[in-house]
Amino acid sequence: MAGPAPALSGVDASPGTGFAVSLRGVTKVYDSGVVALGGIDLDVRKSEFVSLLGPSGCGKSTALRLIAGLSAATTGVVRVAHRGAQAGHSIGFVFQEPTLMPWTSVRENVRLPLKLAHMPGEKADARVGEALAQVGLAEFADAYPRELSGGMKMRVSLARALVTDPDILLMDEPFAALDEITRFKLNNDLLALWRNLHKTVIFVTHSVFESVYLSQRVIVMTPRPGRISAEFRIDAAEPRTEEFRTSAEYAGHCRAVSIALADACGEKRAS
Amino acid sequence: MRETPPLAAKPPGAGNGGARLVRIILPIVVLAAGIAAWDLVVRINDIPPYVLPGPGLVFKTLIDDWSILSQSLLTTLWTTLEGFVAAAIGGIALALLFNQSKWLEYSLLPYAIILQVTPVIAIAPLLLIYLPQQTAVIACAWIVAFFPVLANTTLGLNSVDRNLAGLFQLYGASRAQTLRYLKLPAALPYILGGLRIAGGLSLIGAVVAEIAAGSAGAGSGLAYRIAESSYRLNIPRMFAALLLLSAAGIVIYMLLGLASHLLLRRWHESALGKEN
Repeated sequence: MAGPAPALSGVDASPGTGFAVSLRGVTKVYDSGVVALGGIDLDVRKSEFVSLLGPSGCGKSTALRLIAGLSAATTGVVRVAHRGAQAGHSIGFVFQEPTLMPWTSVRENVRLPLKLAHMPGEKADARVGEALAQVGLAEFADAYPRELSGGMKMRVSLARALVTDPDILLMDEPFAALDEITRFKLNNDLLALWRNLHKTVIFVTHSVFESVYLSQRVIVMTPRPGRISAEFRIDAAEPRTEEFRTSAEYAGHCRAVSIALADACGEKRAS
Repeated sequence: MRETPPLAAKPPGAGNGGARLVRIILPIVVLAAGIAAWDLVVRINDIPPYVLPGPGLVFKTLIDDWSILSQSLLTTLWTTLEGFVAAAIGGIALALLFNQSKWLEYSLLPYAIILQVTPVIAIAPLLLIYLPQQTAVIACAWIVAFFPVLANTTLGLNSVDRNLAGLFQLYGASRAQTLRYLKLPAALPYILGGLRIAGGLSLIGAVVAEIAAGSAGAGSGLAYRIAESSYRLNIPRMFAALLLLSAAGIVIYMLLGLASHLLLRRWHESALGKEN
């Protein structure tokens, strides 16, 4: 493939293609010699909800960090479509942990991306209020992170990712540390947000059930080196609700994806 | 001084409010008992004041000599403050420089450590030769006090959450923004810890330098008073000056503790009530 590529290379050449993110032959080798990604080709359409599913250490988080520009690909090309000059802000990132600044209020945490972009106060206030309302935390703007539950902290983190009105939302196992009840609730809220806001979402998870419930497309990855081993299209009727979660259709998808995931891990053991 | 702990102390408080009250009352009871024992020892053994003055005499001296002692107290406090401010600025600035440039850290850190491990009492006479006395005294306070600030600030700047750092990178934060909105707030609890240590140490530094300068200079700080009173066998005044020094140290510690509490109370574990 091509030589070392900048992680965030240029504007999407032809906006008509409709791809939000495009990876071509992307590999990542860490300084320690660990091959995290062994050649990934992936296209994500605009407004698509895609899950990257795989066991721990399969490089799915690495792929996300490459797309975000937080680290550079060893070889290959990462293309991210963005609007005009606002390069950095077309991406929102939600980490595994809420990653909030404990020393300041929810409001200031959500405002951070705007503050770093030098957005004037009043305009920023409006955006922060909007983002907090979107995640249902309008009344908690003045609370400090330690005063919130785990689920609420994650919502703040989501509001912070939404505040710049990004085209692409990258989520790195955001709900993995939450209890199941909270996770289901946040799954539904995320789906509602996605339907209303038409963002492109790339969602990393190791839960088959979560990936099937949320995504239009599930990408199954193999453990080290991370490669794409299978891909599933989940064509369920929208909007998905708790009913879908208990349907035979959902169970069928989960079974197919689970088998593919087992295969992906098995391949690795055999070689 | 012999301090006899009161055996009949109150049992540990029943409730939270009680426990708090006990924590305030117990040291006071110990203090009262200590003073009483001291007074008793002096009276029973009929110890002359030039060997060991009783607490009453020390207190009386404190009031009688207040004009001299208060002047000295102000001098020492002023020196301490200057040393403390210099240590705070120097320690934090140096830590920031080290944080921005590894080269600077590798070049200078060994010398900061050498300065720290060399006893200041041994450096003070040299400083007094090369520097004007007032400057030398401040320099001593600085040398003793800056290292904890430097070490703690460095630790704090290096303990920034990695994901938060990634977030700042993602949103294209400049170095100055990262410093102001991420590194400094994250390091604040550590910096304040360093400053609390530095407060007491700068008082010690000031005292050491005054003692070293004592016979040579025109110093009039509390430590100088102690040295001077010792030559004149004015033991009660020595005790009175010592009392003031301790009080000054306690007040400095409490003020810095209060400042730390006020700055951290909304978010840091150290400043949160245990019942939360």
